[in-house]
Amino acid sequence: MRGEVGFPVRIRFSELGKVRFISHRDAARAFDRAFRIEALPIALTEGFSPRPQVSFGLALSVGHESVAEYMDVRFARDLDLDALPGRVSAALPEGIDVTGAVHLVDRAPALQESVTAVEWEIEVVTVEGAPVDGSALTDRIAAVLSATELPVTRTRKGREDTVDIRPGIRHLSVLRPGEVGTVLHAEVATQPGVRPAELVAVLGDAYRDLRVLRTAQWIERGEARCEPLDADALRAVEARAS
Amino acid sequence: MTALWPRIEPLLAGVEKPARYIGMERGALRPVHRPDGVSWLLVYPDTYEVGLPNQGLQILYEILNERPDAAAERGYAPWTDLEALMRDRAVPFFSVDTHRPAAEFDVIAFGLAAELVYTNVLNCLDLGGIPVRGEARRDEDPIVIAGGHATFNPEPMADFIDAFVIGDGEEAVGDITEIVRDWKRGGRVGGREAVLHELALLPGVYVPSMYEVEYEGMAIRAVRPRYPDVPDAVDKRTIADLADWPYPKNQLVPLIEVVHDRLNVEIFRGCTRGCRFCQAGMITRPVRERPLEQARTMVAEGLKRTGYDEVALTSLSSADFSGITELVGGIVDGQEGCGNVGVSLPSLRVDAFTVGIASEIQRVRRTGLTFAPEGGSWRLRQVINKLITEEDLYAAVDGAFSQGWRRMKLYFLIGLPTEMDEDTLGIADMARNVVEIGKRYTKGASCTASVGGFVPKAHTPFQWFGQNSAAELQRKVGLLRDATRRSAVKLSWHDPAASMAEGIASRGDRRIGRVIERVWRAGGVFQEWSEHFALDRWTEAMAAEGLDPEWFTTRHRTEDEILPWDHIRAGLHRDFLWQDWQAALAEHGLPDCRWTPCYDCGVCTDYALEHVVASPVAPAGGSQGTGQDLSVGGAVPVRLLSSKEAAGAR
Repeated sequence: MRGEVGFPVRIRFSELGKVRFISHRDAARAFDRAFRIEALPIALTEGFSPRPQVSFGLALSVGHESVAEYMDVRFARDLDLDALPGRVSAALPEGIDVTGAVHLVDRAPALQESVTAVEWEIEVVTVEGAPVDGSALTDRIAAVLSATELPVTRTRKGREDTVDIRPGIRHLSVLRPGEVGTVLHAEVATQPGVRPAELVAVLGDAYRDLRVLRTAQWIERGEARCEPLDADALRAVEARAS
Repeated sequence: MTALWPRIEPLLAGVEKPARYIGMERGALRPVHRPDGVSWLLVYPDTYEVGLPNQGLQILYEILNERPDAAAERGYAPWTDLEALMRDRAVPFFSVDTHRPAAEFDVIAFGLAAELVYTNVLNCLDLGGIPVRGEARRDEDPIVIAGGHATFNPEPMADFIDAFVIGDGEEAVGDITEIVRDWKRGGRVGGREAVLHELALLPGVYVPSMYEVEYEGMAIRAVRPRYPDVPDAVDKRTIADLADWPYPKNQLVPLIEVVHDRLNVEIFRGCTRGCRFCQAGMITRPVRERPLEQARTMVAEGLKRTGYDEVALTSLSSADFSGITELVGGIVDGQEGCGNVGVSLPSLRVDAFTVGIASEIQRVRRTGLTFAPEGGSWRLRQVINKLITEEDLYAAVDGAFSQGWRRMKLYFLIGLPTEMDEDTLGIADMARNVVEIGKRYTKGASCTASVGGFVPKAHTPFQWFGQNSAAELQRKVGLLRDATRRSAVKLSWHDPAASMAEGIASRGDRRIGRVIERVWRAGGVFQEWSEHFALDRWTEAMAAEGLDPEWFTTRHRTEDEILPWDHIRAGLHRDFLWQDWQAALAEHGLPDCRWTPCYDCGVCTDYALEHVVASPVAPAGGSQGTGQDLSVGGAVPVRLLSSKEAAGAR
């Protein structure tokens, strides 16, 4: 985070249950209010129109759940990070919980640029919502992984683009039977990014996702692969909570 | 009790803004339904974003849930995308708190703030599996209630609503709970007719099925109660002192962005400025101010509890609150302990005092300021009793531009009584002059003139006035477009066609119920949303019912005509309203009675009520631009809060 004043902190949080239907922006607003309810002062940027120094990591789509969301906040004063998860969670909507917080080194690279891979659990059902057999999916996964190219069409601001998602797929396998369908485990890169719905789409027209859960985000630097709380922590071990 | 969530959840992946339907707001209560208690579903029949902030609904939600014999949940009209999926999968209308089907509640109560939501009421009932017409409901169907400003003419909705609450709902919901509770516990003896008959005896409650309307051609000959003990007319309910009702105590904080997304603290109810077009000001008299200390406490605790960084001090004219300087000063100086808090005053007067207050609260970002002169000439403003001189406006605007504001927005009505083209064109002149003043201070000065077509409302001096036709309103919009072309004035206007539908629903009688039903059956929901509104549906429905739209909209009424809402009383004497209508036509203004002697409109005298204000001194800036030096006193016909009351009320 930029700026010299204040105490940069990286926070990990989960977003589970009904609250998954709010947008990324709504979640940001909920944190903003929670910090104010708990009287945790955020440092402001300097300049003509000061703004709170908060930056969120990768966006979570409306309807997707996660146990691995991250944000960076610069607090105006030093805080007891052991107590922080409990305090902030109590002021957040039900289903959003802070599960860890660490002091960051000053000028740590931003989450958006640092995170290079994410993992998902995706429960797949038929388009009609009926159960899907795991072995049928195993065959489809094999076909997807052996493809040299997987073009998908994205619409952005009314313009259609074709993107090859194959280079972004690092891992795809059947994990376990789900409540209705079959749960897949996927790891994808963030550059080029791959969306869970695109993974399901390349498996075939007959399928759709029922539940999507982000289970991890990774920061990779050379050989090292870290959870974002560990990547740029000031005193990583000390401040880990719950 | 059936929780519908497992059936709703799969539908949400395919709809816009699915978080509209999940509830879970901070401040949401956990209602406990007991078999021998009364369960209420409080519905705002528009989208969640429009309905959630509604303070009336939030107040009743808390009051009912505090009662051991009641439980209340909330519902909002599902947007058309979800409605289609719900009808396809047979998922009924539901509450957002516990996702309970509407039909399982004992009472469904709709908040009717405006008339164009009427068709949504029918849609919510139908989607809930409840017969839309009251006469078709069985004993086990919910009792359907409505309240809110629009119900001061309940007749257009008489076919669909079992009982209307006229006026303040705080006390009435308790009375209704007790009657429905005892009827339920006693095995529903006498059926629906019995419980509705009992409700009809409550003060402020109007049960349309207890009254028969006789017509003589198009006119109404008489409205008569069907039982001797049912009153001939229903007087509105009024809470005497706002200090007794410090609600909402836990304002709901929605998860998604809504309109008025901030803490809202009601600082007073009622208004005596006497603007003749304003139904809200007429029907909510007298003025009841909240004690300053209580308002302070509600602001401080509300900010702490919600985490909002903005508070609106709400009322019909917030700068008139007698403690406004102290209240605003305390908040912006961080005395309320929250720091960096924005304050908004939704209804600003047009004077220098207001600009002073505004500069207090907008110390940093001074971008836009809004004033509402309403009429384009001094003559017309005397007619409507909005006594703002052009000097007042220009002084206020000059002050604002000199202190750093750059954009002014002016609200006007077109289609007002006695309006001539020179009055209409006065709007363009005023807006142009405002830009000229602004140019002295900043090159970027701009002014937006926002014009709306005037729709006369029940219980106002203009209730007899024949509104302008859509074509006439359109012509006036055209005049203004020509007059503001090639100028720095931006013009925005409301659809004149919607004003016609609003007119039909506002001053209609019971026969309009069939029209509303036809519009709804033809797919006319969300009529306040331009993408869903089509006047053709209304004109076709009127034609199918053999009703002439002009009778209900553009026709001037006579003094002796029985108006459809004459058996509903807002406390204003009919004589007073007629005299005020005549005074309007004679271009005579009427001062604010809070600070000048009583002219006996009827409300205080008939209801043994008094204005309740926190200070004997009129707020700086005076009232209604009458030029009176109000700060030096004179007889003030008000009850003052004793210092003990002011300090002790929480």
